[in-house]
Amino acid sequence: MINTLRILTLLAWRNLWRNHRRTLIMLGAVVVGVWAMIFMTALTMGMVNDMIEDSISVLPGHVQVHHPDYLDDPNIANLLPMPDADIEKTFANAGFRAWSTRIKVPAVVSSERESRGVTLLGIDPQRERPMTFVDYDAVEGRFLEGPADDGIVIGHKLADTLETELGKRIVLMSQDPDNDIADRGFRVVGLFHADVAAYEEQYVFAGKQTVQKLLGVGDGVTAIVVLGDDYRDVEPLYDKVSALVDGGVTVSRWTELDTYLGTMLRVMDGFVLVWVIVIFLALSFGLVNTLVMAVFERVREIGLMLALGMKPSSILGQIVIESMMLLIIGLAIGNLLAWVTIKPLESGIDISVVAEGMAMMGAASVLYPQLRLEDVVLANTVVLLMGFFASLSPAWRASRFQPIEAITKVN
Amino acid sequence: MNLVLRLAWRNLWRQPRRTWLTTGAMVFSNVLLVFMISLQFGMYRLMIENSLKAFTGHMQVQARGYIDDQKMRQTIPDVVALAEHLRDKLDSDEVAARATAFALASSEERSYGIAVFGVEPRFEPRVSSIPGLVGEGRYLQGDDAAEIVIGSVLARNLRVGVGDELTLLGSGRDGSFAAVVATVAGVFDSGVAELDRTIAEMPLGLFQDVFYMEGSGHQVVVNAQRLGQAAELQSRVAALLPEGQDLVVQDWDALLPGLKQAIQADISSAVFMYGVLVILVAFSVLNTQLMSVLERTHEFGIVLALGLKPGRLGRLVMLETAMMGAIGLTIGALVGGALTAWLGMRGFTMPGMEEMGAKFNLPSRLHPEVTFASLLSGPAVVFLFSLLASVYPALRLRRLQPVEAMRSA
Repeated sequence: MINTLRILTLLAWRNLWRNHRRTLIMLGAVVVGVWAMIFMTALTMGMVNDMIEDSISVLPGHVQVHHPDYLDDPNIANLLPMPDADIEKTFANAGFRAWSTRIKVPAVVSSERESRGVTLLGIDPQRERPMTFVDYDAVEGRFLEGPADDGIVIGHKLADTLETELGKRIVLMSQDPDNDIADRGFRVVGLFHADVAAYEEQYVFAGKQTVQKLLGVGDGVTAIVVLGDDYRDVEPLYDKVSALVDGGVTVSRWTELDTYLGTMLRVMDGFVLVWVIVIFLALSFGLVNTLVMAVFERVREIGLMLALGMKPSSILGQIVIESMMLLIIGLAIGNLLAWVTIKPLESGIDISVVAEGMAMMGAASVLYPQLRLEDVVLANTVVLLMGFFASLSPAWRASRFQPIEAITKVN
Repeated sequence: MNLVLRLAWRNLWRQPRRTWLTTGAMVFSNVLLVFMISLQFGMYRLMIENSLKAFTGHMQVQARGYIDDQKMRQTIPDVVALAEHLRDKLDSDEVAARATAFALASSEERSYGIAVFGVEPRFEPRVSSIPGLVGEGRYLQGDDAAEIVIGSVLARNLRVGVGDELTLLGSGRDGSFAAVVATVAGVFDSGVAELDRTIAEMPLGLFQDVFYMEGSGHQVVVNAQRLGQAAELQSRVAALLPEGQDLVVQDWDALLPGLKQAIQADISSAVFMYGVLVILVAFSVLNTQLMSVLERTHEFGIVLALGLKPGRLGRLVMLETAMMGAIGLTIGALVGGALTAWLGMRGFTMPGMEEMGAKFNLPSRLHPEVTFASLLSGPAVVFLFSLLASVYPALRLRRLQPVEAMRSA
């Protein structure tokens, strides 16, 4: 058995190189196909990954806890039922990668010249450091120093629109739980940069305790935000957080908080498979063609082997092995080529020419291709599996030759 | 039939299976290309048209610099008169003046920061689909009435309905305090979350009073009959602008730069995918034609010895490819066109379409349209690359030595 296999493999290998030109062209097609599969997948996955990580850094976190009405009506009246101190007790020792509590409410910010609608975030800066989209060290001026900091940090773009600058005062207006206007002057202590320009206009950061005092909500917060290890594997974190809070609150995964991205992740995972299959189908015509030609120019020789007593199954095996060898070599070179082309790009491809378009889709203007093992495995498996089935038809035909007819056939 | 043509045609069918497999690769790619390109460009057109129709319009007259800074004091003086002037000179009703400000909108229970627009109730329906999308109540009527129309999400967040009062607080053009109480006349539902959540419209006259605009505004929206005529209309509008006020006409891609770039980003990734498909077909053709040339070495040797010029043999091989390509093109375009037209009639949807739609102003069912360009551009490129791929086998013939060739098996 092993012996037969060895002979068949040797025969297949030699047959492959009888017409080296044909084999090389087919190999070229397989290499281009496999390269394109993996390269495109890495770009797509890189883009999806950027979009999701950006979005998670804005949410922030993988799982959030709110008052049941808050998501539909993000109002300060919809505070979490338990005070911050109680949350602190339950969550502090639960061993999360990062977590925090915060207040997030709509507000209006005004300078002497302009007003804008913004989202006010009352945060604990040190707690949110691992999750947020703001790089504290890159902030012009300084970021908030603690939950009781009485300064405000706004985006560069918002500062331009408001015609204000570091050290100047701006007025923040929002509503307290009784719907009375709560307002207060803040000194701008820092200006932050964001990859997505719109965030610079939308978010303003203030200390959590300062915001609590401004809005008159005592020790209340609107959300608990929790960061897990992997955004694709959010269920264990969801269960863990759910177990820590009792009823009367809503626990949500990021896929529910940002349904667009949750859907994009699923769609793009599906797209990768469709793309790999489409490329393979385009390849399969050439592959089958090559095998058919290889079989038909060897009709007499195959007939002779059959007449000498070789089993039809061995003929079939030989042709299939020949095709598998071609594919495996193609895959090896294709994978290597993809790796070689993606590696240098992993530090980021600048696509800022279409920055605002990418922002509209939710992505940043630098694309980091992501070469994931599972995508490479997927591409290779699809090629081998479908290649096997594609080569069955010519191989089966060859094994069905009638020895006498085949030997006497004149090309 | 001409001799060379007949020869090429017969050569093609000496190995029907091989010819069909090669043509099959072409047909597969062509069908895919026709469908994808129809779908893609149909989607772009819808994205652009729906986004512009909703609110932005085909072009806007603005003060220079307004597009970047959007500051309250970057105004168009006497904006109503300018709109009237444009309507008169362009002989079109699709012109409307607007002014805009940020304000804190408060109901009894809630307050939100919103963008409030002062609009001309008579002309706004000609440039924006929002007036037509008022589901509850009615659109604005008088030029000075203290009424307001708001988006459905905003209405829900503010917990107000038709007939309720809203207080708007903001700052006027001169930085002074501006406040007004207006009755909600209607609630619109555009399906675009961004608009439904953040926008309110009130009569321009009232807006100008409240925000101390002194007759000025921020934009005059102008629509062309069709988007294709927008460029020509833009230069006409520009010529009609009053001197010395430093006004400019911004076209839609300046107004919505994200939209055009999203389309460009999508096109470039599509071009990569199509390119790979075309190259794979080219490899297939190259392989087939090289084989077909090599197995005819003996026969080519004889015709060369009989005095045929190598150049003519090369042309013969190219002609065979062209025939194969023509078959692939015809079948591919027919099948692809039929498939697309069928899906266009039925409409179809893909997973995630609803979320994409809400983001990019698309319906959740797509109806791809076959156009002359979408039907032929993809297949034409496949045809061209197939011909290119057979250049190498054709050139090899030039090096053929008759005697050696005849000796080969």
